[in-house]
Amino acid sequence: MAVAEPTQSIEEQRRWEGSLDELRGLVSERAITGETMLLNMGPHHPSTHGVLRLLLELDGEQIVTCLPDIGFLHTGIEKSIEDKSYEKAVPLTDRMDYLSPMSNNMAFSAAVEKLLDLDVPERGQIIRVICLELARCASHLVWLGTHAIDMGAMSVLLYAFRERERILGMFEMLSGQRMMSSYIRPGGVWRDVPADFLPTIKQFLNDFPAKVDDYEALLTKNPIWRDRAQGVGVIEPDVALAYGMTGPALRGSGVNWDLRKAQPYCGYETYEFNVPLGEHGDVYDRYLIRIHEFRESMKILNQAVARLETEKGPFRSENHKYCPPLRSELGQSMEAVIHHFKLWTYGYDAPDDEIYNAIESPRGEIGCYIHGTGANKPRRVHFKTPSFIHISALPVVAKGYLLADMVAIIGSVDIVLGDCDR
Amino acid sequence: MEIPAARDPVSAVREGFGEALLHVKEFRGETTIVVESGRLVDVLDFLRVSSGLVYNMLSDVSAVDYYPSDYGEAFDGDESDCRPERFGVSYHILSMLYNRRLRVKVFAAEDDPRLPTATVVWPAANWLEREIADMMGIVFEGHPDARRLLMPDDWYGHPHRRDYPLGKETVAFSFNVDEIHEHKPFARD
Repeated sequence: MAVAEPTQSIEEQRRWEGSLDELRGLVSERAITGETMLLNMGPHHPSTHGVLRLLLELDGEQIVTCLPDIGFLHTGIEKSIEDKSYEKAVPLTDRMDYLSPMSNNMAFSAAVEKLLDLDVPERGQIIRVICLELARCASHLVWLGTHAIDMGAMSVLLYAFRERERILGMFEMLSGQRMMSSYIRPGGVWRDVPADFLPTIKQFLNDFPAKVDDYEALLTKNPIWRDRAQGVGVIEPDVALAYGMTGPALRGSGVNWDLRKAQPYCGYETYEFNVPLGEHGDVYDRYLIRIHEFRESMKILNQAVARLETEKGPFRSENHKYCPPLRSELGQSMEAVIHHFKLWTYGYDAPDDEIYNAIESPRGEIGCYIHGTGANKPRRVHFKTPSFIHISALPVVAKGYLLADMVAIIGSVDIVLGDCDR
Repeated sequence: MEIPAARDPVSAVREGFGEALLHVKEFRGETTIVVESGRLVDVLDFLRVSSGLVYNMLSDVSAVDYYPSDYGEAFDGDESDCRPERFGVSYHILSMLYNRRLRVKVFAAEDDPRLPTATVVWPAANWLEREIADMMGIVFEGHPDARRLLMPDDWYGHPHRRDYPLGKETVAFSFNVDEIHEHKPFARD
């Protein structure tokens, strides 16, 4: 095969230099004159946690400007949902924040329930809480492992993924899928928990606290970890609020705001747990908050598992206009067959009106805006995702820190690009 | 510190802006106020700083397209709804102090959809509005960074509009690549 001739003549290179004008106003004038350096980080850089591209303007090692470039993972999920009935849109939401699909299922299902004014029975709520907290742990475990490996602590990843496997195994037990579970549906959950689920989760709850202590033993007092994390990536509370940051990134700055407490859903108000808060708003505080959230999730899970054993009601709504009847009823009831047929062919109508509903995902507030059409498909669905908001705030957070700190900052705000680009 | 008593956002806006408040709607416990797009920034800033309101956080900005006929004079739906123009843009704002949400909605016309930017009130609006400008084709006047956000810079059209087909891109093979590019002048220049 012939080797391609170099195509760029000197004239063409000059033309390329001219395109720096596109960046005028976005980077400082010093970058245009060549005094500071423009450096691309990503989209394939391993510590950008997916496909995030950052255009960095560097003065030596110091970050002057940071321009995030997103959209590499845009899959048109919102547009695709416009062509699906509500029930069939749930599997698409799995693919947004692929580290905690349960939270996305929940955000969408809760929004649909609000639009339809649909009830969810008590047992369904308890199973949802278990799923959401397990998803929080699984997501934080990935964060912990990758964040630590970004900062040079290699072994944490192996331990974190070892425990995550057990959680994914439980998801497989529930839904048949390790990650893309689509388990939480409008009106409740897909099916009841299998018989061997309770012993498995009890064993996990028994083992996991000691594992969290192990992670802490590796990192919390580790002087290298502290040197890299303390005083780095400080987010002032007013900046966090102005940029709409939520979740651990906001609580790390000491703002007490957790939707599970403030605007409870799924009966979170009946569980006892604390909301860990940071003081300094740096990378280290955000790390501590997530470690404490493991323990708080354990508290919630213990209470929820105890309730699941006593609460024996239905696991999804018995309003069969919106929720399918049990499989076992199909052989006996003509009405059940009609409902089943209607639901899986047409779906159901939702009002021609709009709602916004938000829940607390592991990363922060994930909001779902749905505008119905009066028929079986939505006019518009929009997800407000925490990663999107947090990446938009990266330029202010990263400014003035060193290039090596950028890796710590990206890790500490915990972004998922699927969540950001949708 | 004593927290001032909460005020009703609807009557506060009506008092402060009078005619600019076009419509009020309650649905599933959510309050929507529709305001004149020209006064949007003033209304949002008023809601953010006034005592008794303090909507200190912008949760979300989302746009909806009422194409083809669910707006304006052709709209024969519920009288409690107000849809004067094709594009509706909702600002979902949150008051952490009083723990409540409010939706401030404005409309943009089909011919020349233009709205003022709320970036001056909340920097969070920057990317949320950029996304809408990209996906819905609404121009936010005075926006500090009007580049496309999710779609490539040379993309033609605005995918979240209702008249943008939810089709699939034809896969280009050697035998049909020229034919495909003939219909896509934007893909190659």
